[in-house]
Amino acid sequence: MKYKVSAGLHFMLGNHAVVEGAIAAGCRFFAGYPITPANEICEEFSKKMPKVGGIFIQMEDEIASICAVIGASWTGLKAMTATSGPGFSLMQEGIGYAAATETPCVIVDVQRIGPSTGSIFGQQGDIMQARWGSHGNCYEIIALAPSSVQDMFDLTIEAFNLSEEYRVPVILLAEATVGHLYETITIPKTEKITIVNRKKPSLSPEKFIPYEAPENTAPPMPAFGDGYRVYYTGHLHTREGYPVLSMPKFPLAEKVLRRISKKISLNIDKIVKFETKYVDDAKIIVVSYGFSARAALKAVLEAREIGIKAGYFRPVVIWPFHHQKMREVCASAKTIIVAEVNNGQILHEIQRSVGDSSKVVPLLKFVDTHTPDEILAKIKEVT
Amino acid sequence: MNITDHPLSRIIRTERLPHEFCPGCAIGQVYHYAAKAVEELNLDLNKVVFLSGIGCCSRGVGYVRFDSATTLHGRALAFATGIKLANPELKVIVVTGDGDGAGIGGNHLIHAARRNLDVTVILNNNGLYASTGGQMAPTTQFGAYTSTSPYGNLEDPFDLCNLLNVAGASYVARWTTAHVRPAINAIKKGIQRKGFAFIEIIGQCPTYFGRYLLKTTDPAKCMRWFQENSLRKEVAEKMPKEKLAGKIIIGEFVDREKSELTERYKKLREKLNES
Repeated sequence: MKYKVSAGLHFMLGNHAVVEGAIAAGCRFFAGYPITPANEICEEFSKKMPKVGGIFIQMEDEIASICAVIGASWTGLKAMTATSGPGFSLMQEGIGYAAATETPCVIVDVQRIGPSTGSIFGQQGDIMQARWGSHGNCYEIIALAPSSVQDMFDLTIEAFNLSEEYRVPVILLAEATVGHLYETITIPKTEKITIVNRKKPSLSPEKFIPYEAPENTAPPMPAFGDGYRVYYTGHLHTREGYPVLSMPKFPLAEKVLRRISKKISLNIDKIVKFETKYVDDAKIIVVSYGFSARAALKAVLEAREIGIKAGYFRPVVIWPFHHQKMREVCASAKTIIVAEVNNGQILHEIQRSVGDSSKVVPLLKFVDTHTPDEILAKIKEVT
Repeated sequence: MNITDHPLSRIIRTERLPHEFCPGCAIGQVYHYAAKAVEELNLDLNKVVFLSGIGCCSRGVGYVRFDSATTLHGRALAFATGIKLANPELKVIVVTGDGDGAGIGGNHLIHAARRNLDVTVILNNNGLYASTGGQMAPTTQFGAYTSTSPYGNLEDPFDLCNLLNVAGASYVARWTTAHVRPAINAIKKGIQRKGFAFIEIIGQCPTYFGRYLLKTTDPAKCMRWFQENSLRKEVAEKMPKEKLAGKIIIGEFVDREKSELTERYKKLREKLNES
C-alpha cells in the first residue's frame, strides 16, 4: 500500500476525514458525481483510491454512482458514494434497491438547503428523506449524524461496520457546515480501529440459500465470482431470491420482506448510539444532532452555571429512531427543546416518543447552525 | 417433456421453468444465443455475470444459472461498471431491451461505450415497450401506431449501432432472430473482444409489435418479415439512401482494437505504486 494516513493529530477538512475513515474501514470502491458541498470527498478519493489498491470512478450521474456502488459491493468490495441534496434525491431508487437486495453500502449526504437546487448553505433537511425517500415503506436503513471532523472519520468507519454487519445501506447525514469545517482530529492507530467484515457463507454453493437467515440477522453474502451463482432482484423475492409475481406466493416474499426490517428493528439497542449530559435531573432537555448539537451542549453547560437544570441529548444514530430510549431519558423533563436546522423533522419523532408527558418546544432554523446564545435564550424563555 | 433434460441445463435454471414469456416471443431465442455463446466459448461458468434492467427482456436473467441480477430500469450498465472494475476477471454480459437499454438507460449506454468498459451488451430490439403494454419507444419507427402513438409516431428512431459506433464501442453488430448463427457468432466475438461490445438483435414481439405494426401475431410471419426486410451492410452501403427506408441493416459495424477501462486503471495503479 502506497498511501496510509499516519496515526496521531491532524488538522483536517471534514470531507477529507470521511475519505480517511472510509479507507481505514476497508472501503476500496468509490463512485460519485461532482456536487457542492461534497466535492472534496470525490476529489480526495480520486487521489487516494488508486494508491491503496482501490477503485475510483466518476460516473455520469448520481443514479449511476449508487448503482456502480451496489455492483462493486456484490463483487466483494466495501463501496461508497458521496453527494448532496439533489444527488441524494436521484439516488433514492438505488438506495431502496440496496435495501431490497440487502447490499452493504455507504452513502454520504453532505446536506444543503432545499427544496430543489436550493443553495449550498448547510441544512439538516434530508433527515426524513434518508428514512423514507425510496418508494414503498417495507424497508429500514441506518443513518448517522456527525457533529465534528472527528465524527466524520469515526462515524464513516461505524457506517461501514453497520452496513457490513446488517447488509443494509447506511447513510452518513453530514452537513455542509461539518463537511467544510477544518479542525483537529486524532487518527487512531490501525490496531485500535474496530473493523467489521460481512459474513461469507459457510455452506457449499449447492446448500446455500441466499436469503435464508434468522429474522434478526442478515444472511451471509458471497461475492460474484465465488461460485455461488447468486441472483439479485428488486422484485419481491423468495428466500432463494426468485421473484414473486403472483399473490398466492406472496407469503414466501413476505417472510424475506419482514426480515429486512426486523434485522434492524430487533437490534436497535445495539445499533443506536447517543450522547447525554446532565439528563438525570434535568427539567429541560435540549435535543440536537449534527453540528447544532455542539451549540446545544455549550448552551446547556452555561445554563447549569446559572443554576438552570438543563440537560443535553444528542442522537448520534438518527435512524432507526429509539423512541423508548427517548422516553426514558426525557422522563424527568417537563420541557424538551428540539434544536434542528430544518422546518421540523426529528421534532415529530420526539413528539411521538414523549406524547403528552413533556412539552416539546421547537427551535428551528433554516440554514447554517444555531449559536449557543440562541439556545440558551430559549432555555431561559421556557424556564 | 422433462425440463431437466434441457440441452442447456448447466446454464438455464430449469427449476424455474416454465417461463413467463408470451408464446413466440424472441426473448427465449436471445437468451439461447447468449447461453450458446457462453457454452461454445467454454467460459468458466463461475466467472460469468449476467445483468439486466427492467422490462420483458430483463426478466430472462432470472432463468440463467450465473451470478446475475435484474437491476433497476435502465441501470444495468451502471451496475456492470461497478462489478467489472471491482473484479476485471469476470465476464459481464448485459441483456437488455430497447426501452430499458436505449430509452431510460440511454445515458449509461453511451457512457459505458465511451469508457470502453469491457462488457458485452445484447440488446433485444422489439421496437416498443412490451411489458407495459406496447407503448412507443426510442426505437419505434416513424409513423408507427402503438398504445401511446395512436395517431402515428411523430419521432424518428435511434440507429443504435450508429450511436454506439460514435460513442466509442470496440465491437458493434446487428442481427435479427432470423439470423441465428450470425447472432451467436457476434455474441461470441463480442465477449472475446476486449472493450465494449454491443450486439443488437431485432427480435419479434408477436403480442405488440406483430399485432400493431405487422398486423399478425404469428411469430414465424414476424421473422419472415425480418428476413425479407434485412439488408447486409455491405449491400446497403452501395444503395441510395431513399431505398433504405424501413430496412433493417444487418452485419458487423465496428470491430476495432482499443484499450479498455480496467486495463487503463490497472496501469495507473502500477505507475503510482512504482513512483
